[in-house]
Amino acid sequence: MAELEGIYTIWLRETKRYIRYRSRIITSVVSPMLWLIIFGTGLGAAIRFGDIEGGYQIFIYPGIIGQTILFTSIFSGVSVIIDRQYGFLKEILVAPLSRPSIVLGKSLGISTHALIQGVILLILSFVVGVSMTPMIFLASVFIIVLISSGLAGVGLTIASFTDSMEGFNLIMSFIVLPMFLLSGALFPITGLPTWLQAAVYVNPLTYGVDALRYIILGEAVLPLGINILVLIIFAIITISVSAILFSKKEQSLM
Amino acid sequence: MEYIIESWDISKKFGDFTAVNSVNLKVPRNSVYGVLGPNGAGKTTLISMLCTILKPTSGRAEVNGYDIVKNAKEVRASIGIVFQSRALDDILTGREHLEMHAALYGVPMDLRNERIEEVLDLIALGDKADEFIKTYSGGMKRRLEIGRGLIHRPKVLFLDEPTLGLDPQTRENIWQYIRKLNQTEDITVLLTTHYMDEADKLCDEVAIINQGQIIRADSPQNLKRELKADTLTLTLDGGETFVEEIKKKEYVKEAYSLDGEIKLMVERGENLIPDVVNFATSQGYVINSIELEHPNLEDVFIKYTGCKISEEGK
Ligand SMILES: Nc1ncnc2c1ncn2[C@@H]1O[C@H](COP(=O)(O)OP(=O)(O)O)[C@@H](O)[C@H]1O
Ligand SMILES: [Mg+2]
Repeated sequence: MAELEGIYTIWLRETKRYIRYRSRIITSVVSPMLWLIIFGTGLGAAIRFGDIEGGYQIFIYPGIIGQTILFTSIFSGVSVIIDRQYGFLKEILVAPLSRPSIVLGKSLGISTHALIQGVILLILSFVVGVSMTPMIFLASVFIIVLISSGLAGVGLTIASFTDSMEGFNLIMSFIVLPMFLLSGALFPITGLPTWLQAAVYVNPLTYGVDALRYIILGEAVLPLGINILVLIIFAIITISVSAILFSKKEQSLM
Repeated sequence: MEYIIESWDISKKFGDFTAVNSVNLKVPRNSVYGVLGPNGAGKTTLISMLCTILKPTSGRAEVNGYDIVKNAKEVRASIGIVFQSRALDDILTGREHLEMHAALYGVPMDLRNERIEEVLDLIALGDKADEFIKTYSGGMKRRLEIGRGLIHRPKVLFLDEPTLGLDPQTRENIWQYIRKLNQTEDITVLLTTHYMDEADKLCDEVAIINQGQIIRADSPQNLKRELKADTLTLTLDGGETFVEEIKKKEYVKEAYSLDGEIKLMVERGENLIPDVVNFATSQGYVINSIELEHPNLEDVFIKYTGCKISEEGK
């Protein structure tokens, strides 16, 4: 009971923090819209793309949702580094609360951030002309929470190894950007050269984007069940790893 | 249990460097106990071990009867901590900090609001409680942190350099809060400081720490009395020759003139004033003023370490 309330408390603080930094919400919705409207329209006009009605712009819509979740989740996870620099992490770590509960509260908070952004993008689906039904909406929300849980674990794991925001550029170039480009957000993942194909399938985000594309556009490479299974396993692994790291490295985190 | 904090040869090494070296601390229940020492003496490291933040390399300690390694969670539930560096979130309000703390420490729901109001009252932050921390002054942040540490009614409150970097007025206020707290609540306060006056005025007992070792621990009065070195400061006409003559007195341990004043190091200075005055008059000197000073904790520190506390520990 005490642990549950602890998880809730940590979640509540994460959520308040997110909602109060309005500029972050705005920028994180504006940049995917720019991708969709400018990049989607521009490249869509230059190439003849597949057999989806609406062409390239609609094809990348689920991919751009995936991208937004990726950036938000990793960034929020890594923001633990900021908590540490401002000393606030100590207040949480010295509380009589188990480390896994702290990690769980954090990742629920992060999923909430991703969810808020995903929902905004789902509501804006009319901009690119994708039809949205309550069923599609709910199923997408479910996938968004799954993807962001796994990515939150990645962010928290990185945070437990990094003690300053200087490492942030490295994280962007070596983790976030490759995950985005290799997820099939911008191009179909069939018919690729083998080396690229392999890299794409190693990337957990691929399964999230594929699932979203199935739910929103009715098109996918892999069965939905497989995608969901991979996402669940990914989330369990990364959150467990970060919980273990937080317990083990507790001393150096304070 | 006479001592609420007790340690047995507790040590902490960082690599080859020993930050805390076989410390035996005995903190009486309901006291205000000070750990006084220069920067780098190992105060934060010592307090971090007692708060279960760091694991000792060797030795052991108990806080509120619980072992700091084996019963870390029970220790955490019995203590409140105010860190040397700030541990606040700019984007939350003061009240939210207190609510969050109450929830993390499992304060029963029906008691929470009452406790929060109580604490806000104690730290005199009532009208600022619902504003964001970024609008708080340094002293207000400190008071909030102290108040937060009290929400769950801890048995021991740890304060690591509670008045570091605060202006004299605010320091005086915080001392008052700590005293009031110690008088009204069933609480023991363990604080670290490198301010002599803080240890002297605030603490019932002081442990002097240098290079990771406790050199002496006693009440400030006893520590100072032990020095047996009062200073008599005189101003009179014809100082230089007077110094040479008074030096012949047996009770004068040392005499010198400094900036036009004559300083005499003596024991029990209050009993010697008449004799000094008589001696001066008989020798034809006219004393303009005479002043008696008892030693302070700085002198105690110098006696045991040969350096000033305001300098880096050697
Ligand atoms: N994590 C650490 N790794 C290595 N050395 C440390 C660490 N923490 C403290 N020290 C060293 O231990 C000594 C005591 O530090 P500290 O306990 O912070 O002193 P104080 O609080 O009395 O100023 C210092 O010399 C400091 O450099
Ligand atoms: Mg310190």
